[in-house]
Amino acid sequence: MANRLLMPKGSDTMTEGKVLKWLKKEGDAISPGDALVEIETDKVDMEVESVGSGVLRRILIPDGKVVPVGELLAVIAGPQEDISALIAAAGQWKPAATHAAAEKLATEKPVSAPPSAAKPAAAPSVVPLPATGGAIPAVPPPAHPAGGGGRVLASPLARRIAKESGIELSRVVGSGPGGRIVRSDVERVVMEFQTAPRKPFAPPVAGPAVAPAREARPAAAPPQRPIVPGGPDFQDEPLSSMRKTIAARLTQSLGPVPHFFLTIEVDMKRAKELRESANTLDAELKLSYNDIIIKACAAALRTHGEVNASFRGDAIRYHNRVHIGMAVATEDGGLITPVIRDGGRKSLQQISREAKELAGRARNRKLLPEEYTGSTFSVSNLGMMGIEEFTAVINPPEGAILAVGAVVEKPVVTEGRIEVGLRCRMTLSCDHRVIDGATGARFLQALKQILENPVYLAF
Amino acid sequence: MSTITYREALNQAMREEMRRDETIVLMGEEVGFYQGAYKVSKGLLDEFGPMRVLDTPITELGFTGLGVGAAMVGLRPIVEMMTFNFSMLAIDQIVNSAAKMLYMSGGQFKVPIVIRGPGGAGHQLSAQHSQALESWYCHVPGLKVAMPSTPADAKGLLKSAIRDDNPVVFIESEVLYGSRGEVPDGEYLIPLGVADIKRPGKDVTLIAHSKMVLVALEAAKELEKEGIDAEVVDPRTLRPLDSETLVNSVKKTNRAVVVEEGWPFCGVGAQIVDTIQHRAFDYLDAPILRVTGADVPMPYAKNLEHLCLPDPQRVMEAAKRVLYRQ
Repeated sequence: MANRLLMPKGSDTMTEGKVLKWLKKEGDAISPGDALVEIETDKVDMEVESVGSGVLRRILIPDGKVVPVGELLAVIAGPQEDISALIAAAGQWKPAATHAAAEKLATEKPVSAPPSAAKPAAAPSVVPLPATGGAIPAVPPPAHPAGGGGRVLASPLARRIAKESGIELSRVVGSGPGGRIVRSDVERVVMEFQTAPRKPFAPPVAGPAVAPAREARPAAAPPQRPIVPGGPDFQDEPLSSMRKTIAARLTQSLGPVPHFFLTIEVDMKRAKELRESANTLDAELKLSYNDIIIKACAAALRTHGEVNASFRGDAIRYHNRVHIGMAVATEDGGLITPVIRDGGRKSLQQISREAKELAGRARNRKLLPEEYTGSTFSVSNLGMMGIEEFTAVINPPEGAILAVGAVVEKPVVTEGRIEVGLRCRMTLSCDHRVIDGATGARFLQALKQILENPVYLAF
Repeated sequence: MSTITYREALNQAMREEMRRDETIVLMGEEVGFYQGAYKVSKGLLDEFGPMRVLDTPITELGFTGLGVGAAMVGLRPIVEMMTFNFSMLAIDQIVNSAAKMLYMSGGQFKVPIVIRGPGGAGHQLSAQHSQALESWYCHVPGLKVAMPSTPADAKGLLKSAIRDDNPVVFIESEVLYGSRGEVPDGEYLIPLGVADIKRPGKDVTLIAHSKMVLVALEAAKELEKEGIDAEVVDPRTLRPLDSETLVNSVKKTNRAVVVEEGWPFCGVGAQIVDTIQHRAFDYLDAPILRVTGADVPMPYAKNLEHLCLPDPQRVMEAAKRVLYRQ
């Protein structure tokens, strides 16, 4: 029974591997456990062992060549066995052998009694043996090859979730029969990958002179990377799955989305009064400026629905509900945007509580998919880091994102006099396909008015 | 509430309706003097007399035609088939007369007939007497098809079927006649065309009718032990099908297994799968699987018969497949 040797998926992030050196040649007899070839993955070099026996009939990929995961490297079969079909099929994606039994599912035959025995089509594929002698990793490459000719198999539900979450299916590894991507696969990816692009973090510095714009929580600093004198000139660290997707989505956003930026300075005097009196009345509340800003945005979006919209190719989708994503840094140096749904209908108290709860779980990466997807507008706040003003990248498929800076004391001019004012600079990034300058400006004017007269929040 | 058997429930339904409306008559083989081949019509001859409970000769085509004619001129006959296998002998009257009369007469003749009897496998009744033919009748415009799985459903649906002015094919199950269940006291009707969620759940939808409902419920019980919460939906009426309830269930669970006793090709399950796939396509995380009877004439041997019918084990396997939990 012919045995196909495929480029194994040696790690989660591996999409292609390099054949370093064949350890056997065509015509050699092969026994189970023989090391056949040395390959290079994205992380380590490893030897690939045979689990079957036979003759190494054909080597298809020579030393030094890089091929996608899942590519046919060689065929081991009986000495006279006809392997022409297997070789002809090389280059087209085929499901790995261990999925053959489960492939019956894909043919949609009814399971009539008595059940026919599931016959695996071929011997199990090979198990790679890490050169370091560690544990043998799990087996065959079920994912479609990055450059292969196969189409992406995914259940309708998985496709829908991927589309709604902005995940490219080609980045997802399918665990279903034949490499089918199913709901759990997409959800796992959404969980790992962050979707809120933001400016890179600096480790927390001493806060600004006034109370921080957000509830002061000791965010765990991302891993420190001191420069060691006398060491090598550089070291490359392969991108984590998260970083890869942030990179892809940032490019995806900034690339096709024509951004423009509108900045406005808001007088936070009355917002401060609101915050202080609320926190005095309810000691447990700990209302933050961000909570107030989120509610103010929700209110402003209700009357300025043109900003609560998404570009959909041939239409602009105006969302009838306002769900605001708030950018949160996670403990391991990542980003995620938990969503506060229907902010316009919630009280400040509710928003504050929800924001804290979601942020806490977001930091620990314990959010459910429905809690970090579906936002129609986002708010990103770097005030507590001392940033006075910045521009954020829009979170596709939203139409806008508000970047909130620190609330600072500064000299201001009021009726010809110089006074000490409490100001916050906010920058709205807009998708010019959906929102024009005047539209964005009107929204910011409304937002400013609400924040400077918080009594509007009572309406 | 009373706990009664499925056959008692049917008996009560007919009795109550016949008391209420004197145009309702019952005819069939052994329905009168013998008290019913399966005792479903026990006591009815005594109460209503020979003008309303007719013992017929062994001639399904004849007495079904008689029933259709009687229905056309004002009676409301209940025609009993000793088993639905024998309905094949009467099928011309059911499909060509009963189903089409309203249409072909331009609305002048309605046919408020109920053709009822047990269908599907019994115990070692062998090839010619174990057939599940509901899909044949579901195919025909002009007919309604109902298949109760519990005593409560049997009573409520039969009363509605009798009151319906359309021909209703009402398929019971010999194996279920002795089963017991709670039935509300008093006047109890279940509208035709409404499905019933026999067991709510969230992980997978199991759709089954007639005695397969019991198989599905048993499978659900076993699945629960493995942490899988299955929802069991009983369409109760196959035509018209309550697509809404079925589709909403699948939208909730994202996966379905359809269990039916009949043969796979062009069975009722095929229609149910089609309905779900085009109305809930974007909600499906896996293909919809069917667990059906084997595609063979029913064997006589007990062990073979058992192998030919769906059982909880096969339903569980299918449920786990659509959950990708092999």
